[in-house]
Amino acid sequence: MTNITTAKQTLTGKWQAYQEIAQKGLWNNNQALVALLGLCPLLAVTNNSVNGLGLGLATMAVLLTSNILVSLIRDFVPSEIRIPVFIAIIACAVTIIDMLMQAYFYTLHGILGIFIPLIVTNCAILARAESFASKNPLDKSIVDAVFIGIGFTAVLVVLGGLRELIGNGTLFDQAWLLFGDGAQSWTIHLSDAYNPVLLAILPPGAFIGLGLLIALKNVVDAKVKKPSLVDIPVEVKTAS
Amino acid sequence: MNQKNTLTLHQTMLRAAGLLSLFVVLSVALLMAINWFTQPKIIEAERQALLQLINQVMPAETYNNDLLADVRFVTEPDFLGSPEPMAIYRARLNNQPAGLVLQTIAPNGYSGNIHILVGVLPDGRVSGVRVLKHRETPGLGDKIELRKTDWILSFNGKSLTEQNANRWAVKRDRGEFDQFTGATITPRAVVGAVRKTLDYVNQQGVALYD
Repeated sequence: MTNITTAKQTLTGKWQAYQEIAQKGLWNNNQALVALLGLCPLLAVTNNSVNGLGLGLATMAVLLTSNILVSLIRDFVPSEIRIPVFIAIIACAVTIIDMLMQAYFYTLHGILGIFIPLIVTNCAILARAESFASKNPLDKSIVDAVFIGIGFTAVLVVLGGLRELIGNGTLFDQAWLLFGDGAQSWTIHLSDAYNPVLLAILPPGAFIGLGLLIALKNVVDAKVKKPSLVDIPVEVKTAS
Repeated sequence: MNQKNTLTLHQTMLRAAGLLSLFVVLSVALLMAINWFTQPKIIEAERQALLQLINQVMPAETYNNDLLADVRFVTEPDFLGSPEPMAIYRARLNNQPAGLVLQTIAPNGYSGNIHILVGVLPDGRVSGVRVLKHRETPGLGDKIELRKTDWILSFNGKSLTEQNANRWAVKRDRGEFDQFTGATITPRAVVGAVRKTLDYVNQQGVALYD
């Protein structure tokens, strides 16, 4: 009887831990909006939502592979050589994904081109390996990789979508590169009367767009925080 | 005691080096396996992508030879815009010349080289032109792409003769090709490159099929 309750308790404890990791990855510690890691590829490929999604998924795949492997070997690798081993794992994962993309998504690979090998230098991945996967068990590391990956991908897609919408007047253009010929009709066109604002898809648009997204996140955070700030003084009063 | 300590340090270092080597060897082995597995697929994907591009300027039904194998490389910096060897694919229908697909470069784009594929029929008419790669300004110069506007189709069916040579220019240069509002340099570069390619084909004649 007690066994079952403790098992239940650990299970709920686990879920809570997962939830916390998920919330951090998606929002509180979003790699693109808060940690500001991996911005070089992020800014460069987001002139289109499909490009953003492609790079986001590739990054997530690398992150998942590296977190799993790093977590599995965390007890065997002496701390002196952990960083070179992490880098070997990450570089290996990136090269594999590069080759698989070339084999199965050739055209998309042509567009994302140099940014795939550059995932090796995306500090977000090494940062997760060092600060999370090397200190946590496999299950938590997988949850961390998935949600950090989703958080990063979401920013890439939203930024890409915004820039594409404003700068090109379309959404999900070229989706067939990722989803095959069935996606030919996915492209959403604004009316022909819309005059695209070129700045949005040029490099400055990336910086302005990301800045606005970060600002938006901070505004939301401030809005959410406000009620609890009001609560605190009340609590203090009752305590005294 | 001191000696024992150095020995331990020595052992630690050896162990670390061994582990690191093991990881590298494992990574390399894994990469080799994946490479062996994906290489044929990548080569096939490259072939398909190239063939698909070529077929846009030289319809697949107009020839029946293995176009990708029937290729010749020429180095003609004055005509094809590059000091590098450029590919000429020769299309044949039942061993009779059916057309040429030439790779060419317009070196005078607004920002760098514009890579172009030109299809020419045996009678000298253009069967199609496509831009393969460029870095022109989005929204202005990129109208040379077929997915933005159909400007690139205005080459279809045209040929270069001595009489019409001066018409092979954009309208601002008294030619017959449209330029884009706000972007003259890009179409001027493309028209010039196609014109030089046709010039080259006219000069060489059927010798290009040998």
